[in-house]
Amino acid sequence: MKNEFNVIADLIEKDKKVLDVGCADGILMKFLKDNKNTNIRGLEISKEKVQECVAKGLTVIEGNAEKDLKQFPDKSFDYVVLSQTLQAFLNPELVLNELLRVGKKAIITIPNFGYWKVRLHLLFKGTMPITKTLPDEWHNTPNLHMCTIKDFVHFVNSRNIKIFKSIALNKLNASLINERNLGIKNLSADLGIFLIEK
Amino acid sequence: MNIETNLKTLIVKNPLKLDCGKTIKDFPIAYETYGSLNSQKDNAILVFHALTGDQYVSGTNPVTKKDGWWSYAVGPGKAIDTNKYFVICSNVIGGCMGSYGPSDLDNENGNIQGTNFPVITINDMVNAQYNLLDHFGIDKLFSVAGGSMGGMQVLQFISNFPDKSKTVIPIATTSSHSAQNIAFNELGRQAIMADSNWKEGDYSSNNSNPGKGLAVARMAAHITYLSQKGLQEKFGRKLQEREDLKFGFDADFQIESYLRYQGSVFVDRFDANSYLYITRAMDYFDLAKQFNGNLSDAFKLTKAKFFIISFTSDWLYPTQENKDIVIALNSIGADVGFVEIESDKGHDSFLLDVPDFLNALKNFLDKSYEEN
Repeated sequence: MKNEFNVIADLIEKDKKVLDVGCADGILMKFLKDNKNTNIRGLEISKEKVQECVAKGLTVIEGNAEKDLKQFPDKSFDYVVLSQTLQAFLNPELVLNELLRVGKKAIITIPNFGYWKVRLHLLFKGTMPITKTLPDEWHNTPNLHMCTIKDFVHFVNSRNIKIFKSIALNKLNASLINERNLGIKNLSADLGIFLIEK
Repeated sequence: MNIETNLKTLIVKNPLKLDCGKTIKDFPIAYETYGSLNSQKDNAILVFHALTGDQYVSGTNPVTKKDGWWSYAVGPGKAIDTNKYFVICSNVIGGCMGSYGPSDLDNENGNIQGTNFPVITINDMVNAQYNLLDHFGIDKLFSVAGGSMGGMQVLQFISNFPDKSKTVIPIATTSSHSAQNIAFNELGRQAIMADSNWKEGDYSSNNSNPGKGLAVARMAAHITYLSQKGLQEKFGRKLQEREDLKFGFDADFQIESYLRYQGSVFVDRFDANSYLYITRAMDYFDLAKQFNGNLSDAFKLTKAKFFIISFTSDWLYPTQENKDIVIALNSIGADVGFVEIESDKGHDSFLLDVPDFLNALKNFLDKSYEEN
């Protein structure tokens, strides 16, 4: 998790206005506030998590990304961050469009279903994969729309969304993804991090 | 009203032009303070009371001998910690706890004003209370906070005085009084005016008091402060000191007895005409209308940090009405946090021991104060 935050922080310039969608207990918000002096806001659906954010002195709105992003004007944030949540929405495309409308840029991270451990788990065990980034079982997972790094890249390309930077993360190693190494990174990374704009 | 002689009162010399067009001057504002103002004068919180509240936020109310209306939230070590903050609260104009109201005498003819008292608005209340800042030499408050009608005053205050508070806490409130709420207020007013002792508002000089009407108004209003679930759990169909129904119109049920009690104790501490005037001020409140229908414009000049709180079971000022304020603030990029607190205590939740609410309030204030 911490390394994901470092990669996200590296993508964000100092002193910018950032919205963390699905900010949970606000650890990433706190990290960005302390390290990047960001003017940061959060949107979080869980009352308990909102309380934890308030206790950290963070500005958070209790709300649902699928309904409540519409109250933010176009391009009202320099960056909108969505960490490992896109796959949990009923309609990820709608949420993605909203993120790109509200933010000048969006940073999306996705747990990679193409990760080799995931593939091997399904191939050899024949049960739904459980990894560090996908810790839940099939019946209690919040994830409705799992995708691979390759799926995500194909998806954004087909929607004319511009990718500024794609980063593959495997434990502590972060590396750039490009057209040539996409197949390999799709196998070796358990997390994909994308800086995008529309 | 049996008011203590050591009532703290500020006589406002500056003329105040009311929304109705009339100008008042040399009028009293009764206030109370808790904690102490620090040397930088940056720890003051102005608390606004709701419809039937008063300046006695915490400690023992000298009139009712009961705990102050926001004792759960305000006091030493509490959410609004008076060891740390200087809390000021004043009775609204139109009220009956020492501030200028309908039971005051008319300066010109020496009669009790009654319904000759000018109709006042939330805006008038806030403008009158603003004089307290000068009185205490406070340039900028640390916070303005209040629930229900107190929340309306909070919103009006920051709209009128955008740079006079660092933080803003509207709780269980609205930016525009709804048809349902106007309806309930009208019910209360009609109950008072239907009491033959009301005498067109001139009851004091006739030595009477429309207590029955005022009690009914309070009973009706009291129901709206609770939730269906809360009422059911507390009272259900429990009978009042009897084994069985009595086949009459006495208070058979505990809920009836409870409401009758609430009505009767209210009459002892509240003035019927004040009830008319204050409910009217709430009904007239429409902050968006003051800005040609655009609520965001009410807040565009302020850099204050907002924290808006609503309650799940509050059907009088439901979450959506609180969220409308959040939306208006977000649409101009204001600094706003929002949380809906889970509670089955209805609108009254903000006055009660609701730990999630009190924690959120405390954390927001203390963290914001640390950032000062």
